Amino acid sequence: MSERDDTTMRRRDLLALVGTAAGGAAMYRAMSSLGLAAESTYTGPIRLDGDAKGASVLILGAGLSGMVAAYELRKAGYRVQVLEYNNRAGGRCWSLRGGDTYTELGGATQRCEFDSGLYFNPGPWRIPYHHHGVLDYCRQFNVALEPFIQVNYNAWLHSQRAFDGKPQRYRQVQADFNGHVAELLAKATSQRKLDAAVTLEDQEILLTALRNWGALDENYAYKTNLVASRRRGYDKDPGGGLAGPPIPSKPLALSDLLRSRMWQSLIVGSNYQFQTTLFQPVGGMDMIARAFTRQVSDLIRFNAKVTAIRQDAGGVTVVYEDTGDPGKPLRATADWCLCTIPLPILSQIEINVGASMQNAIDAVPYAPAVKIGLQFKRRFWEQDDGIYGGISYTDLPIRMIGYPCTGYGDTGKAVLLGAYEIFGTYAYEFTSLSPAERVAKAVEDGSSIHPQYGREFENGISVAWHRNPSVLGCEGNWTDEMRKQHYENLCAIDGRILLAGEHASYWGGWQEGAILSSLDAIGRLHRRVLAG
Amino acid sequence: MCRRTTVALTLAASLVGMPSALAQSADLRFGNPTRFMPQSGEALYAAVCQGCHMPAGVGAVGAGAYPALTNNPRLAVAGHALAMVVKGRKGMPPLGSLLNDQQVAAVVNYVRTHFGNDFRDEVTATDAQALR
Repeated sequence: MSERDDTTMRRRDLLALVGTAAGGAAMYRAMSSLGLAAESTYTGPIRLDGDAKGASVLILGAGLSGMVAAYELRKAGYRVQVLEYNNRAGGRCWSLRGGDTYTELGGATQRCEFDSGLYFNPGPWRIPYHHHGVLDYCRQFNVALEPFIQVNYNAWLHSQRAFDGKPQRYRQVQADFNGHVAELLAKATSQRKLDAAVTLEDQEILLTALRNWGALDENYAYKTNLVASRRRGYDKDPGGGLAGPPIPSKPLALSDLLRSRMWQSLIVGSNYQFQTTLFQPVGGMDMIARAFTRQVSDLIRFNAKVTAIRQDAGGVTVVYEDTGDPGKPLRATADWCLCTIPLPILSQIEINVGASMQNAIDAVPYAPAVKIGLQFKRRFWEQDDGIYGGISYTDLPIRMIGYPCTGYGDTGKAVLLGAYEIFGTYAYEFTSLSPAERVAKAVEDGSSIHPQYGREFENGISVAWHRNPSVLGCEGNWTDEMRKQHYENLCAIDGRILLAGEHASYWGGWQEGAILSSLDAIGRLHRRVLAG
Repeated sequence: MCRRTTVALTLAASLVGMPSALAQSADLRFGNPTRFMPQSGEALYAAVCQGCHMPAGVGAVGAGAYPALTNNPRLAVAGHALAMVVKGRKGMPPLGSLLNDQQVAAVVNYVRTHFGNDFRDEVTATDAQALR
């Protein structure tokens, strides 16, 4: 900063000044006024201008945050090395394919038996359209993307306690819920019960809108007719020739719908992070990891287990050992250290940072998420049920079934996501089962939604993230209270050490969080180095 | 719909009126998405704790570690074990919102008297409650 006068000050520098002087909220307001912060803090490729004077950075962890930093810092002239615990790069950006083996904590080893070309993403599996950081690196590194289907109107909603345990089509639950609510509101409006809240003029518009939104008839009723069936589907679809006329279907009763709690699943796709369009890399999420690895693999030391991180006025020394040759301490040194080690692990490593950062490291628990991939002999969900991609939701412990969003119409075998629970009791209880029991439980639960499971199931593999040796959990499980107390301390530069990863972001559990946190960290580090 | 694939994996869809003998068995796993349903220390350990501390309490080591509970002197201080279960710290997630006070006490007492531990000063639900 000192080299530059006001006339050459760029927008990024202005923001840095505002951020330093007035804190993040003021910076966000300034960014908004400059039109930058509408969706993401990613504003295009990072520019680390200025001479790094050969400074060195030791990066701990070769997940996305570590590899983004390695790639950008080397480009900016830094000397970079990366230590990684696993024998592969990518971290949680990971896919399992036939022939892969996975050994979880406790020693159970699963061999993935999927057929060639089939895969399952145990970690992240979708990329929202506004995750500009992930999308931009995919563009830079030519990672091919295809649509990820979040909402499928023909997928199932299932509750053990509703409709005699019979799954209902998402389309019908949504149409009927909206239709009944629209009818109720129209009634309240017509009976002048909304006079205090809505002007008479607006009430007319409201009635028109309710009729339009809820598929109501000319009497503002939601019932068995072709208007409602255009939303919920027909008993007999429109056809051709003499078989042309459709037969309307009968809506579910309002009370049954309310008590089913199935409306809980209707809003998922309305949330910002799950809105259409979402993407997935063609061939598996780890195509992103592989693309980054191609850029920086020469910088990565694999099988390196970090045991101590020490800093003094002269630099940082990290003690580690080769996982294949334990007990022999090795050392790596640098001017700076960017540590992306997940907090459950970092909290157990000797590190001489201040109390405020140490408390932050120790405070954040990690979610127990469990995912299970199942291979079936054929795509019965497509062939029998007309479900192409998307997600069915259930109140059973598996919580959801995610159908493959690729290869539609293929007549061979296929893999679906047979269970995904992130935070609740079921995730812990799945973790406590053996891998074989988890798969058996997923098949048992899924049979309530797809009776074909029993006949068509072939094999499965599970990842319970609390048992993942290189993370000890799925993602930082922040609360608002925890963020108030610890977030800024976690992200601050402590001497020569700073942290990055999804845990140091407000996109917890998302790859975008890992990338944005890393870019934010190296931007601040670079300014510190230039100010040197 | 509940075709059982293993005996241990019974769906406990409805828990109302469950006889107390069954309420002590591990079959209450997967009973409720926001509260653990097993009640005894042994059943809770099998449903929850062994996910990380392993069935025999030996813990596990990877890039980080889950401490072994076998012959663990840190369990001598009952308050430490209680606080870890309720509030968590480092790799240990807080389980206080998923367990009631009786369950917290039961699982702490179980761990402190098994896996080679023999700490006979029992904690109570009141002790657990005091930590919330």
